[in-house]
Amino acid sequence: MAAGVFAPGPDSISVIVEDLVKRFGAFTAVDHLTFEARRGEVFGFLGPNGSGKSTTIRILCGLLRPTSGRARVAGYDVAREPEAVRQHIGYMSQKFSLYNDLTVMENLRFYGGLYSVTGALLRERIAWALQMAGLEGREHRRTAVLPGGWKQRLALGCALLHRPPIVFLDEPTSGVDPLSRRRFWELIQQMAAEGVTVFVSTHYMDEAEYCNRLALLMRGRMIALGAPSELKLDAVQGDLMLLEADSLQRAIDIVRLLPQIRDTAVFGNGLHLVVARAAEAENAIRQAMAAAGVGIVRLQVIRPSLEDAFVALTTRASESEAEARP
Amino acid sequence: MSLGRILALARKETIQIWRDPRSLAVVLLMPMMLMALLGYGIGLDQTNVPLCVYDREGSQLSQDLLKSFVSNRYFSLKLDAGNYPELIDAIDGGQCTVGVVIPLYFSKLLGAGQPATVQAIIDATDNNTANLIIGYTQAVVARFSAGVQLDYQQRNGPLLGAPALSVDARTWFNEDLESRNFIVPGVVALVMAVIGTFLTSLTIAREWERGTMEQLVSTPVTPLEIIAGKLIPYFVIGMADALSCAAISVWWFEVPLRGSYLLLFAASSIFLAGVLLLGFLISAYAKTQLAASQFALLTTFLPAFLLSGFAFPIDQMPMAVRMVTRIFPARYYVTALKGIFLKGAGIRPLATDMMAMAIFAIVVGAAAACCFRKRLD
Repeated sequence: MAAGVFAPGPDSISVIVEDLVKRFGAFTAVDHLTFEARRGEVFGFLGPNGSGKSTTIRILCGLLRPTSGRARVAGYDVAREPEAVRQHIGYMSQKFSLYNDLTVMENLRFYGGLYSVTGALLRERIAWALQMAGLEGREHRRTAVLPGGWKQRLALGCALLHRPPIVFLDEPTSGVDPLSRRRFWELIQQMAAEGVTVFVSTHYMDEAEYCNRLALLMRGRMIALGAPSELKLDAVQGDLMLLEADSLQRAIDIVRLLPQIRDTAVFGNGLHLVVARAAEAENAIRQAMAAAGVGIVRLQVIRPSLEDAFVALTTRASESEAEARP
Repeated sequence: MSLGRILALARKETIQIWRDPRSLAVVLLMPMMLMALLGYGIGLDQTNVPLCVYDREGSQLSQDLLKSFVSNRYFSLKLDAGNYPELIDAIDGGQCTVGVVIPLYFSKLLGAGQPATVQAIIDATDNNTANLIIGYTQAVVARFSAGVQLDYQQRNGPLLGAPALSVDARTWFNEDLESRNFIVPGVVALVMAVIGTFLTSLTIAREWERGTMEQLVSTPVTPLEIIAGKLIPYFVIGMADALSCAAISVWWFEVPLRGSYLLLFAASSIFLAGVLLLGFLISAYAKTQLAASQFALLTTFLPAFLLSGFAFPIDQMPMAVRMVTRIFPARYYVTALKGIFLKGAGIRPLATDMMAMAIFAIVVGAAAACCFRKRLD
């Protein structure tokens, strides 16, 4: 089997995407994406539904043909050598796609057969998958009757039977209970530690925090790329403050008029305010609120969360898009 | 091609068929049902045709003629009409399919060596049946009239203008002229066409519909491996059904099987391969089970029933339709089956039919391999 175009090594690049575009008719699902992923990296796609996460993953798995641009996975071109790509990847689609009418063991054996894993190695990998998924003792249950979290872990087990160096997980935790989600992410971290490159798409902010790097997608375009910590710092230019007041609605009306406040967003029962300098803004807010007779419950500087970053970045992207249009 | 991947697919497909009550029902019950339905239902022979008679003379001779009508299994007397309108009513009302009227002076004319005419009125709503009944009626009358002639000659010496010639027909291959012998082998073709195409047309469509195809195509399995792996179990099922239909034909319906079992097996394999691949091709196009099954019935059941020469002779079809029958492999298979069952034909007279089926299988197989893309767009 031919080696990739690059030498294997701890820092080698396992996925290269250049100017990737996918159109369905007039609709542009993926709009000029460019990025690279290193070996052993957990690379996240974060974005709302329809932002192009699934489409990008499907292109990288060789399931969809890109309209233009190039993508290499494990050194193989996804458009020209999809079969070679498939030898080196594990893929878990968004919708559960194992056979419900087969038992746990039958599904594992089937995928073992398709990935040409046989004999002692297959037994060992099946034992590993059962243990990983917590399905020991349930080998002969029909897949249909398993709870969501177990189904997802079984699907992951099937996708990893051949120990692929690159794994694509399309919203692996949607519809899965919190405990199973956490367990799933432990598995992902473990794989990455063993040198597997993991691509994960999600729309859960807390999950995105676990990624080494994140690509923020919106309407097919990548509006930011970086480690979660970098994104948070970049996105919020200035300081972030939390304001809780007697009346949330009146507080919004008041602070919006203040020149020191750059951006306002509702988070739970409080407001997150983006300001240039916290000290200056705090005075202005206290004065304005006192003048209007609205009581302040809490006003303090906080560290931005990923959600703050996401809101800031998507707002900024929408604004620049609106400006770009005549 | 990886044998391991093909076997993995075949095993998975077998388990799924085994656990799906609908597939099992089609596999196990449909051959028996079609066999029973068509083996008994489309007897093209008519027996016990309801008969109405109106004997205007009422002589010994006229009663003898009527007796010879009802003394065989073809006619059964439903009404002895007292007048003409009564007979017409019986035919109009559908109680009787044929009415026989014996004229006045019937025995007198015959006794004087003169020809007499018997009127037969036949409900020809169904022209096929009517043709059969005319044949039966003529046969009964001819036989009776031969008896009358012989009788007259014995008493009065040779008759002028007596028939000097008669046809001594010998029917080959289906000596008893049982239409069942002709129908039942055709049912085997029908069963295989339906099982083959209908079941396989669902197999790919089902994977698209349930979303399992997305996972399947993300693995290194190739389109040819998918075709082979998925068709192996259906091939085994199809052959088992074909052989059990053949066994029912021979043991239950007592259709003679004069040719070789090996040739029957070979012809069935080639035909089955063709219809299985057709099902796969349909499946690759239609992404829902409903569309696939409808298209499968349209392209296999109907041609196998109407255009194969199974129920309707191809020679009597209009030119354009005859050309159309050449596209469908059922035509060649029905020809081969009749040859093997009834004529005991060897490979030589069936070579072109076998070749035609093989070409169909190869063309459809190539199309299926090309059309089935491991892509979602």
